Amino acid sequence: MSASTNSDGLPRWATLALLPAINLGAALVVSSLVILAIGQDPLSALAFMVKGAVGSGTGLSYTLYYATSLIFTGLAVAIANHAGLFNIGGEGQAYVGGLGTGLVCLALSGWPWYTVLPVAVLAGALFGAVWGLIPGYLQAYRGSHIVITTIMFNFLASALMVYLLGGPLIEHGQMAPESREFAESTFLPAVKEIAAGLGYRTSTLPLNLSLLLALLCAAGVWFLIWHTRWGFQMRTVGANEAAARYAGINARTTIVVAMAISGALAGLVGINELQGVQHRITLNFQAGMGFTGIAVALMGRGHPVGIVLSSLLFGALYQGGAELSFEYNEISPRLVVVIQGVVILFSGALEHMFRPALVRLLKPKAAASAAGQRA
Amino acid sequence: MSQTVPLSVPPQPGPWAVELVGIDKRFGPVHANKAVSLRIRAGSIHGLVGENGAGKSTLMSILYGFYQADEGQILVNGAEVRIREPKDAIALGIGMVHQHFMLVEEFTVLENLMLGAEGGALLKDGIRKARAEVERLEKAYRLDVPLDAKVADLNVGIQQRVEILKALYRGAQVLILDEPTAVLSPPEVQDLFRILDALRAQGRTILMITHKLKEIMAITDAVSVLRQGAVVASFHTQDTNEAALAEAMVGRRANPAVRRPGAPAGAPLLTVEDLSIFDERGVERLKRATFRVRAGEIVGVAGVAGNGQSELLEALSGMTPFQRGRVHVNGRDVTPESPMDPAQARRQGIAHVPEDRLRRAVVKPFPAFQNALLGYQDDPAMADGPRLNWKRVAAATARLMEDWDVRPRQPSLRTSLFSGGNQQKLVLGREMERDPNVLLVGQPTRGVDIGAIEFIHRRLLAMRDAGKAILLVSAELEEIMALSDRILVMCDGAITGELAAEDATEGLIGRLMAGITDDMEHGSRADAAGGAA
Repeated sequence: MSASTNSDGLPRWATLALLPAINLGAALVVSSLVILAIGQDPLSALAFMVKGAVGSGTGLSYTLYYATSLIFTGLAVAIANHAGLFNIGGEGQAYVGGLGTGLVCLALSGWPWYTVLPVAVLAGALFGAVWGLIPGYLQAYRGSHIVITTIMFNFLASALMVYLLGGPLIEHGQMAPESREFAESTFLPAVKEIAAGLGYRTSTLPLNLSLLLALLCAAGVWFLIWHTRWGFQMRTVGANEAAARYAGINARTTIVVAMAISGALAGLVGINELQGVQHRITLNFQAGMGFTGIAVALMGRGHPVGIVLSSLLFGALYQGGAELSFEYNEISPRLVVVIQGVVILFSGALEHMFRPALVRLLKPKAAASAAGQRA
Repeated sequence: MSQTVPLSVPPQPGPWAVELVGIDKRFGPVHANKAVSLRIRAGSIHGLVGENGAGKSTLMSILYGFYQADEGQILVNGAEVRIREPKDAIALGIGMVHQHFMLVEEFTVLENLMLGAEGGALLKDGIRKARAEVERLEKAYRLDVPLDAKVADLNVGIQQRVEILKALYRGAQVLILDEPTAVLSPPEVQDLFRILDALRAQGRTILMITHKLKEIMAITDAVSVLRQGAVVASFHTQDTNEAALAEAMVGRRANPAVRRPGAPAGAPLLTVEDLSIFDERGVERLKRATFRVRAGEIVGVAGVAGNGQSELLEALSGMTPFQRGRVHVNGRDVTPESPMDPAQARRQGIAHVPEDRLRRAVVKPFPAFQNALLGYQDDPAMADGPRLNWKRVAAATARLMEDWDVRPRQPSLRTSLFSGGNQQKLVLGREMERDPNVLLVGQPTRGVDIGAIEFIHRRLLAMRDAGKAILLVSAELEEIMALSDRILVMCDGAITGELAAEDATEGLIGRLMAGITDDMEHGSRADAAGGAA
């Protein structure tokens, strides 16, 4: 009878495609009303948003760049969720993971990027893993609730980074709380260099090689969750801890490991943001990606394919929204946040709102394909 | 539970309280109710029996508004009604007591009764009115319930009375009970039947779903049998008997498995010495249990639920650590200093079918084939390196389903969509197909229909004859006596007696279940015996 199941007989395609499309449509309708309320034409505004996000090479490049970070944090939230843990510490794990990546890039000055990258990935994953593992340990062995501890670890991460970037890591003689720039040899190839290699000239764009890393991670997470023994054990712990104990699964270590993997995934945001784009450790480089990752994971239903797709959607919202507030003086960046919020509201928090209506609408079809009964 | 209770005079043929006419319901390919027609007389107790998946629960869910029928009519007191949701049913005076109680454990009884009927924004007046009304109902029906106790502190029998009281407080004239005795001990069943009798005497109508034919014979006025979604027979209870009902349910004569004496038992496969478990408050829940289970025998553990049998199974399967004693199995000594976890227990050849299969033995949202691997996920035959080979698992599950007659035969169907009996067969199959040396099995046939009980019993006996050791815990005395070669009786955490199958009688076991042993002769033997009867 739970709304998250198919016991109401809704066919799979409707759950996976039609329902999200309806939710998105509803979000756009409400957003249009808001835009209308401030005296703008919603159709042209939304069209401009879409055009800004995917209508040009530059826009698309930004969309994909945002999506890259969201894939990492979305996967992080999803994997913890499969273990029954609500990890809202993606923000802090991304932040601390970026520290690891940044320190490697600073230390390995002069090395070529392709030798730096594996070390930077390991360091980012390791730092993020530690930041996820500690709340995981406290949950598993001390009973401290993971939601509380991960929130607190976000604040700890923030305090730690302010201290490091304001003191030990600040560039000598500078006022801005940032590290010095990494050596140019360590920069991850961006779309500009890749295009140049293929004979095209583009302007400097943020999209870089880390998108491929994100897609690899998505494939890896898919394999891990559904096709390995450990993934099976983790899903069992997440779905029914008593059954896990019965099956001889150590729920505690499973929880700790799941949180470490979750943190490691979030920790890779720094590869995209720091080694890929900013080329130095900056304050708040993760910029809310950890939190948006929760919405991404929710909308992607914890499945890597869904997460990649919803990352693209949210990436487009970021980019289209930025363009929109740039173009329309009356539309402030805050309104863009409202639009993003409405999308999260309809596709995340209210994702089952239209379900009963849809079930009634599709009833004859649904009845024919439902599989079982509760007699 | 076999004793009869005082029955009131069978009701005069009166008006129909509820009439279901041509109720039809499909869930996709499953035709759960096929043009079911059923009429229930006001002021009677009407039994509804049938195998798992026969459509009983679906039918009652339609009457209570959880589902809507695809076709058919419902008449209450002769008038056609539409029931779209439980609220409509409650308004029509229909109440339901679910098998799994719907109570807020942290609330008091009175607060639970008032839920949804608070009677205003401020609680004070509502509480006063509710208390007066509930006390009146309690007196009228001899429902002895402490109104100010927290529900979590009450035992299941009392919690069930709270559910009944809740339905009555909402004005239920028709009461639906879904397997009300499944969770009750024999004395609690007697109490329940007394209450039902009082309700009937006051003109209320009761519809009772059950698997237990003895209960039908003991308490109902009329009985209907469902098979594969259709009503196949309806009787006045006085005109039928258990054999006829069983035959109608399964469509053939049921032959309950009868224990054949096996070959003489062999070497001990499981040795338990001086085993004790203390709970977190330091109470000794299992007291110095000592026994052996040998190759080729079934040892039954009898006792009223909650007298240490669960703890015994948990300790032997490695799920709960024990604080004193020694277990010797397959050449390994397990002690409090060197404990054994469930994974190690499986490696020692111990298989475990837990008492509470829905909570422990399966993960309900997973497809059946994944549950067929649960506990054996380390089996290298089912993996290529770190990758689980689900294809191979699904193929093995298909074979298991064929072997164990799990219906429907769909390995990728979500486990929660199988009926309870079919889930149980899946779990038993999983544990027994691995060819363990020792099988620990709790309540193997709880909530399972007659056809499946027979099947499960035959499998257990076959396993015994193959030279395995089986420890069987069951609340059904009949089951213990039908299968066991030796019977251990437990009371208050201690083993109060051990009987050979030939010497065991219900009376003797009953006395041991009540804790009356020969060295207690000087005690209040007569009182205790009276209490146990």
